[in-house]
Amino acid sequence: MSSVTIDKAAPTRTVKYGSMSRDRKWALRWSYFFLTLFAIFSLLPPIYMLITSLKSSAEISAATNPWWVFHPTLENYVGLLTSNQFLRFFWNSALVSIFVVTITMLISVPAAFALARMRFWGSATLATGVFLTYLIPDSLLFIPLFKVFALFGDWTGIQLINRWYVLLFIYPTLTVPFCTWIMIGYFASIPKELDEAAIIDGASWFQTLTRIFIPVALPGLIAATIFAFTVSWAQFLYPLVFTTSTDQLVLPVGIITTLIKGDVFNWGQIMTGALLGAAPPLIIYAFLMDYYIAGLTAGATKG
Amino acid sequence: MADVALQPNRVGAAQPARKRSGLQKALKRKSTAAFLMTLPLIILITLLVLYPAFYSLHLATLNKSMQRFVGFGNFEFLFKRDTFWLVVKQSCIFAITAVLFKALIGFIVAHFVHNIPAKGQRKWRGMLLVPWVIPPAMSTLAWLWLFDPSYSAFNYTLSFLGIGPIPWTGDAAWARFSVILVNVWYGAPFFMIMYLASLKSVPDQLYEAAAIDGANWWQRIWYVTLPMMRNIIAITTLFSLIVTFANFDIVRILTAGGPLDHTHIFATWAFRIGIEGSDIPLGASVSLFMVPILAVAAIFILRDVNKRGNEA
Repeated sequence: MSSVTIDKAAPTRTVKYGSMSRDRKWALRWSYFFLTLFAIFSLLPPIYMLITSLKSSAEISAATNPWWVFHPTLENYVGLLTSNQFLRFFWNSALVSIFVVTITMLISVPAAFALARMRFWGSATLATGVFLTYLIPDSLLFIPLFKVFALFGDWTGIQLINRWYVLLFIYPTLTVPFCTWIMIGYFASIPKELDEAAIIDGASWFQTLTRIFIPVALPGLIAATIFAFTVSWAQFLYPLVFTTSTDQLVLPVGIITTLIKGDVFNWGQIMTGALLGAAPPLIIYAFLMDYYIAGLTAGATKG
Repeated sequence: MADVALQPNRVGAAQPARKRSGLQKALKRKSTAAFLMTLPLIILITLLVLYPAFYSLHLATLNKSMQRFVGFGNFEFLFKRDTFWLVVKQSCIFAITAVLFKALIGFIVAHFVHNIPAKGQRKWRGMLLVPWVIPPAMSTLAWLWLFDPSYSAFNYTLSFLGIGPIPWTGDAAWARFSVILVNVWYGAPFFMIMYLASLKSVPDQLYEAAAIDGANWWQRIWYVTLPMMRNIIAITTLFSLIVTFANFDIVRILTAGGPLDHTHIFATWAFRIGIEGSDIPLGASVSLFMVPILAVAAIFILRDVNKRGNEA
């Protein structure tokens, strides 16, 4: 009887009689086994980026074992980090992201405060509208937006298309609705007594926001900032549509349009560029993982 | 002691006298302040979201040079083209298959992470979320290189197993598989993290009760976990359906719609026609076909969000 149980207990996990601890142990082993598989699947592309980025062009075209670097070299990194063009992409990306984060916060924090705390005519509808706006994807708006900005240029003579700063107008349409939405959630969870106390002490609405709400909801603010930054850093469709000159491009578009020349793929440099482009979000994620995840889950769970 | 107790009373007594005159003004001030605070948001949404959205309805009724009104001419033209129906089919295959696998893999992985001791969970979760953190344009480049026709690292590995070179992006069926694979790779971590958060909120007593009643692992999932997670599964799936349906980066970089337009989805085809082919009205008409499915998903999400709002 006991030997039968042991046999059954081995790989199936459907066993009913074995001891609890043995079941548990096997479940744990299987969990680690599959988690390792999934982790390999998840990390394969970034690791492969790293491997390729350390290879010279000669080694890549020699078609040796693609999973191993035989003659590691930093020439791709040196090549990119000394190229003015690539640094320009990086600089444009950084500039756009920082400005967009600032604009997003300046718009969405006061709006979220007003929507969460100051009930006024139409505030509930507006909150729902903000949420709906968040569901409108970039691929629905890029054509009319392109035409709108072209017409704007014709009417006023201010040419915005093919300037990096046009993105400062467009990216907030992606970041502001979501950030407002999660800030509404965070602000609504602050107990009413706190701001009532502040008002009784003679604080103005603005002071209540800056002295009470922003410090208390700081985790939410960090999560929203991270979200705004990663969205503007990763955005690909809008810069592809709105910018074409090489000195106006941001990183993702720049790598794809300049490093891929016709049929000639300089894969060592492309992978290096991709890795450097992926680095800022990855670094932020590594240090602020909990905020990152809080922001991620807040979008759908905070009501 | 008495002094302290009296203080709030005095404030309470003094307030109404002062309030009566200032009440209306305060109310007015409050709503004005609130309006001013939301004004930038309202302007942004109206000018850069609502206006373009309705403008694209107008654009869709113009001819290529945008000087003549053609009514539904663009749509009639689209309906007669085989490529359009190919795009519709591929968009549906792409979105439904990708979301299904993302949800399934996310669910399984979330369970495994939930299974292991709490101490190690952070590390695993951290590794498994990496695909979601890397900008998709960057990671798709890595996949493009992994799928390279002559230097593919996958084909190199598979050749040891005697499996011939696979045309990852060269053959229509394989290209469809590849874009879905990359999309699943990118999106599954999002499901994993959402499911993990909701798994943690299922009370342990329910599992204990189920275990005492003799439920096996499958019954525990089917009768305890799934009903408890129903809400979050529904909302995550709908979110992901919207995002996947509107996907652009992955298909654009990996196949650019090829081979022979077999992997085009609405967004990439609209880009090809509207921006690269500079037929803006036709491109706008193509992207408008995303609206019905987005609207349906949005209605369901909104219903769910409102319902939860009322419960809280």
